Amino acid sequence: MFDPYKVREDFPILKRKINNHPLIYFDNAATSQKPRQVIDAIKEYYEQHNANVHRAVHTLSLEATELYEEAHGEVAKFIGARSMEEVVFVRGTTEAINLVAYSWGLKSLKQGDEVLVTLMEHHSNIVPWEILSKIKGFKVKYLDVNNDGTINHEAFKEALSPKVKIVCVTHVSNVTGVINDVKLLAKIAHENGALMLVDGAQSIPHIPVKVKDLDCDFLAFSGHKMLGPTGIGVLYGKREILEKMEPFHGGGEMIREVSFNPKTRKCTISWNDLPWKFEAGTPNICGGVGLMAAVKYLKTLGMENVKAHECTLTEYAMKRLKECEKTTVYGPQDSTIKCGIIPFNIEGFNSHDVALLLDSYGIMIRSGFHCAQPLHQKFKLSSSARASFYIYNTKEEIDSFIEALKEIEQSL
Amino acid sequence: MNAETIVQEYIARIEEACGAEKDFIVHFKYDKKDEAMAKILKKAKVEKTVAKIIFDLTYGNFSFRLYATGKVIFKKIKDKNELYKVLSDLLL
Repeated sequence: MFDPYKVREDFPILKRKINNHPLIYFDNAATSQKPRQVIDAIKEYYEQHNANVHRAVHTLSLEATELYEEAHGEVAKFIGARSMEEVVFVRGTTEAINLVAYSWGLKSLKQGDEVLVTLMEHHSNIVPWEILSKIKGFKVKYLDVNNDGTINHEAFKEALSPKVKIVCVTHVSNVTGVINDVKLLAKIAHENGALMLVDGAQSIPHIPVKVKDLDCDFLAFSGHKMLGPTGIGVLYGKREILEKMEPFHGGGEMIREVSFNPKTRKCTISWNDLPWKFEAGTPNICGGVGLMAAVKYLKTLGMENVKAHECTLTEYAMKRLKECEKTTVYGPQDSTIKCGIIPFNIEGFNSHDVALLLDSYGIMIRSGFHCAQPLHQKFKLSSSARASFYIYNTKEEIDSFIEALKEIEQSL
Repeated sequence: MNAETIVQEYIARIEEACGAEKDFIVHFKYDKKDEAMAKILKKAKVEKTVAKIIFDLTYGNFSFRLYATGKVIFKKIKDKNELYKVLSDLLL
């Protein structure tokens, strides 16, 4: 039985008071808080097992290597990948998408080709493609979204053509919380000969996701939004595609051999096996260990339970927000097609005012563009306030949030 | 004291918020916030106050909102240089 009150006991930070109020953390789409289990795993790693990984023979290095590889395996099982070879550890979603852009795109994209993205993408799923398009001369094509922030599947089909080589779509919008049917989009993309990259930054922490079911070619996500530490993230890629790709960064770890020929005075280089081919240099070992602890924690809770809890909170918050007469909520009003992210504005205040005012009540939310300026332009918004929920949030916290909003409305 | 010294004495951080508004959020140092707020309230004109938690203020052509938590949101400021000038005037 999922019990958010019991879950809260695992999060030391939730005992804090901010501005003399109990901390209410509603900025989970930006980053999540960390349970004791993750904090302890990191502490234990540095106190008991710290060493560099691979190619060393001593005991500590063996322990560190086993932990780091086990972390890849745990993540692979969590997302339903065929093996750990399909799981590359990176710094986060942004680096994962950049890896695909440069390692796959630099070789595979050319003038006349198109990369299809949607208007709801986070900047990290737009900017790498725009930068690369300047080098390779291909076009970044933007798919408009419906007025409620959902994708029109017919428009998606029409946007596809043999020119489109890759479709890059977020699974869950970081602004509206809309859940895209990426399984269907991947099917349509594949029927048109395009690869499918899914930005899973806002989905992997919140809903059950299996890559085999989605049949996406790439999936990018961050550890820190799913209870793990910052600086660690994942790129999943289908093995057959990753094998054909060139490395992203060069250095130690990612090579099998660098053989110098004294006659030609040149080096012959061969790449390491997957996934190490894409993990140049000493990796974020401790980050991997922390991510593994986060994955185990989420698995213990059960991702279906996580999803159900957030659905309950979202539905409750959406219902109660109707009591706030000067508050406008953006995106779909149907809470069943979205995750626990609610963008809103209060008449007479800009979003930063709202965030600062809520801060004085101990309520942490985000304000601004949320790195999704094109979607704000589509909604004709100069910015928005955003509340986002996770496993440790409760209905009582939403009640406090609503009461604070009502007081802010009345302060005008 | 020059503008930079004054700003360094009172201000912990300045954030340029994203959004079309281009607001600047100024966070006062915790142990200096009461002194900073007192100085600002002495120099700026209080247009409106909400329970002495929020103060809508004007100073010359600039309007801004001061929070009792030790934060100020400046709107329609051209750039950081202009912000530094206003802040140093207010905090001198």
